[in-house]
Amino acid sequence: MAGNEQLAALFREEASEHLAELETTLLELEQHPRDPDLISQAFRSLHTIKGSGAMAGYDDIAHVAHEVESVFAQIRQNKLDVTTAIVALTLEVKDLIRTMLDPAASDWQALRDRLIAAFHAISEGNEHAEAAPVVAGVASAECEKTTRAVRIDWTLRPDFLQNGSNALGVLSELRDMGRCEIRTNLSALPLLSDLDPELCYLSFEIVLETAKADNDIRDVFIFVEDRSEVRISTVNRPTAAAPGAAAASKVSSPATASSEAAAPPEAAGKARTKTKATEGESSIRVSASKLDSLVDLVGELVIAQARLSELASNRADEQLFSIAEDIGRLSAELRDNTLDIRMVPIGTTFVRFRRLVHDLSVELGKDIQLQTDGAETELDKTVIERLFDPLVHLIRNSCDHGIESPEARRSHGKSPGGTVRLSAYHSGPNVYVEIRDDGAGLDPAAIRRKAVASGLLDENAQVSEQDLFKLIFLPGFSTAKTVSNVSGRGVGMDVVKRSVEALRGQIALTSELGKGTTIRLQLPLTLAIIDGLLVAVSDARFVLPMSLVEECIELTELDIERSHNNQLANVRGELVPYVRLRDLFGSAGKRPPIEQIAITTVEGKRYGFVVDGVVGQHQTVIKSLGRMYQGTRGLSGATILGDGTLALIVDVPALLGSLQQAA
Amino acid sequence: MAKKILVVDDSAVIRQVQETVLRNAGYEVISANGGQEALAKLVTNTVSLILTDLNMPGVDGVSLIKQVRAGGTHRMTPIVMVTTESKDTKKQEGKAAGATAWVVKPFTPEQLLGVVKRIIG
Repeated sequence: MAGNEQLAALFREEASEHLAELETTLLELEQHPRDPDLISQAFRSLHTIKGSGAMAGYDDIAHVAHEVESVFAQIRQNKLDVTTAIVALTLEVKDLIRTMLDPAASDWQALRDRLIAAFHAISEGNEHAEAAPVVAGVASAECEKTTRAVRIDWTLRPDFLQNGSNALGVLSELRDMGRCEIRTNLSALPLLSDLDPELCYLSFEIVLETAKADNDIRDVFIFVEDRSEVRISTVNRPTAAAPGAAAASKVSSPATASSEAAAPPEAAGKARTKTKATEGESSIRVSASKLDSLVDLVGELVIAQARLSELASNRADEQLFSIAEDIGRLSAELRDNTLDIRMVPIGTTFVRFRRLVHDLSVELGKDIQLQTDGAETELDKTVIERLFDPLVHLIRNSCDHGIESPEARRSHGKSPGGTVRLSAYHSGPNVYVEIRDDGAGLDPAAIRRKAVASGLLDENAQVSEQDLFKLIFLPGFSTAKTVSNVSGRGVGMDVVKRSVEALRGQIALTSELGKGTTIRLQLPLTLAIIDGLLVAVSDARFVLPMSLVEECIELTELDIERSHNNQLANVRGELVPYVRLRDLFGSAGKRPPIEQIAITTVEGKRYGFVVDGVVGQHQTVIKSLGRMYQGTRGLSGATILGDGTLALIVDVPALLGSLQQAA
Repeated sequence: MAKKILVVDDSAVIRQVQETVLRNAGYEVISANGGQEALAKLVTNTVSLILTDLNMPGVDGVSLIKQVRAGGTHRMTPIVMVTTESKDTKKQEGKAAGATAWVVKPFTPEQLLGVVKRIIG
């Protein structure tokens, strides 16, 4: 804190003023012992001395002031009368505090203790006479030492936001209390046109595993309980010790968390549920393969439906058309629902990383905190499973190479403890997972030296920092000075990149020397269906993943002449290299006079694919190519179009990779 | 741009501490020595959060909260009461007036920042 001495001086000055004011007030109070204004004024003076004294480091003074203040608080509440004795004692306190303010003064301790005891006796004596029944629910809280699961249903009233309350703050406070799973209920959310941005339409279902007592949990909601409804119920997991008890499964009756009903944490601990504690509602476990085949079937259905729609639109049959429309709507809903079943919150993996970081910080002798954010973000189960290993790699890297030792951090003026932040969030058709550390960051110069030494880079080459960072994704490239058993030797980043790309994701890295590194993974929501751009080359149809396509522009003969046929398109002043899908896949036929370029962005680089024409957007159900064609370069799968023909799905990043290698 | 916070306290010591802690954390801070001044400052400034003492001469914390909530630009701005009283009655009173959270004096810089960050990030 800034200038403690300066603060102390400020306090001495302020306290003197308050003491002078207190003296006047007390003397008047002796004349008019019932004047509420005078009582408040005395109380306020003591209150300020206490509060600022504690902040300025004058704890002794704060303590004395507190005792006197308690007495005046009772007087203010008409529980006690002002007596001459109290006034006299308070005046004594005033003199005492003035003495204590002088740093040179001594031997005030005895007087202080006597006065504290005197005021204590007054307030205690009075307190006992009337206020006993306060400690009701405490005893039962003692049994709450061990971790248990608590279900919290939290419904926000529409006016929730009106006093500046922040639901996220409450949720993060809950997260600090233990493992926490939060589901947001959006069912009350109206259409955008009916939405009033000042109102709140959310409710939350929270399952919290905590050792804290119910009252502590209620305290979190104390400021929002008037604008929301909180129901807390205990969910006990069946333990090995009591296997038979699971038969009597029921959830305890929810208790309302109003502050008046400071109800003792009801003995609901006995209630049991049959499912995992983290599942508030009833659920069925289904094997993943059954889900997979369901998704497959739905995929087939969507394809069949597309054919039906196309057929119906070509016939002037009103009835057929209306049926086709209904089936279209239903199959779209069915598809969304089915895919939704496969979605699981990424938080389940986050929890495992907590342990990893803990173990690593012990092993490496560093103080590392893992912060997680967006644990509720949902992703396809398969994506999450396949993401686990890459994330382990990245977190290990951050802990080992990113975060410095406590000594090094201190010498750089950082806090000795480092932070690795793992966050997930949705944006458009993608989910982003970010690993951010506040460690040393990547050293572009070191990477450059290493690249030059290993012959990857010419000594005089002009390379941007961003491009240098990309080098660390090359196989065998590592700048770590020493090889530890935590991050190994340079295997990792290339493997991570490949795994992420296999999930049709992308990886991006930003880093600032001395500040830290951020790695961002962009992942598709699901592996089964992509939003694609359907394009035509001669008779063939191809699908480019929509998430990569930025725009489409025309390419005329004139443009080609202007660029001297060097395969560069001028996109509003920027030169974008392009390649013809026709050439890549050896399509037959002649190219039309006006072609289209679909401009894609991969890892921040723009690249164009020339096609004969753009057909349109297409919900693409991905079919694997089968064993024969599996691993064909540049293709990630196929899909069946409405008219029954096939379209091949272009694996843009892989295609670009092989083109760059060839170049 | 840094988020702006209004600190209201009749004690210069408390103001000083809060200002220092919040400025060091990267917030922009303006301060007022009481409810009256606070209301005046809120006319000419737009803030993301208000930290107010409850016991102040003149317009005290609770009436400040009530007046801010009554309408105007800041009617939905988070207000944190900073008080020495851990007693429920005062807390309830402030809450009923529309406070968003509270901090108990004396507080450590971490405690103050914890509450502030929780509300406005």
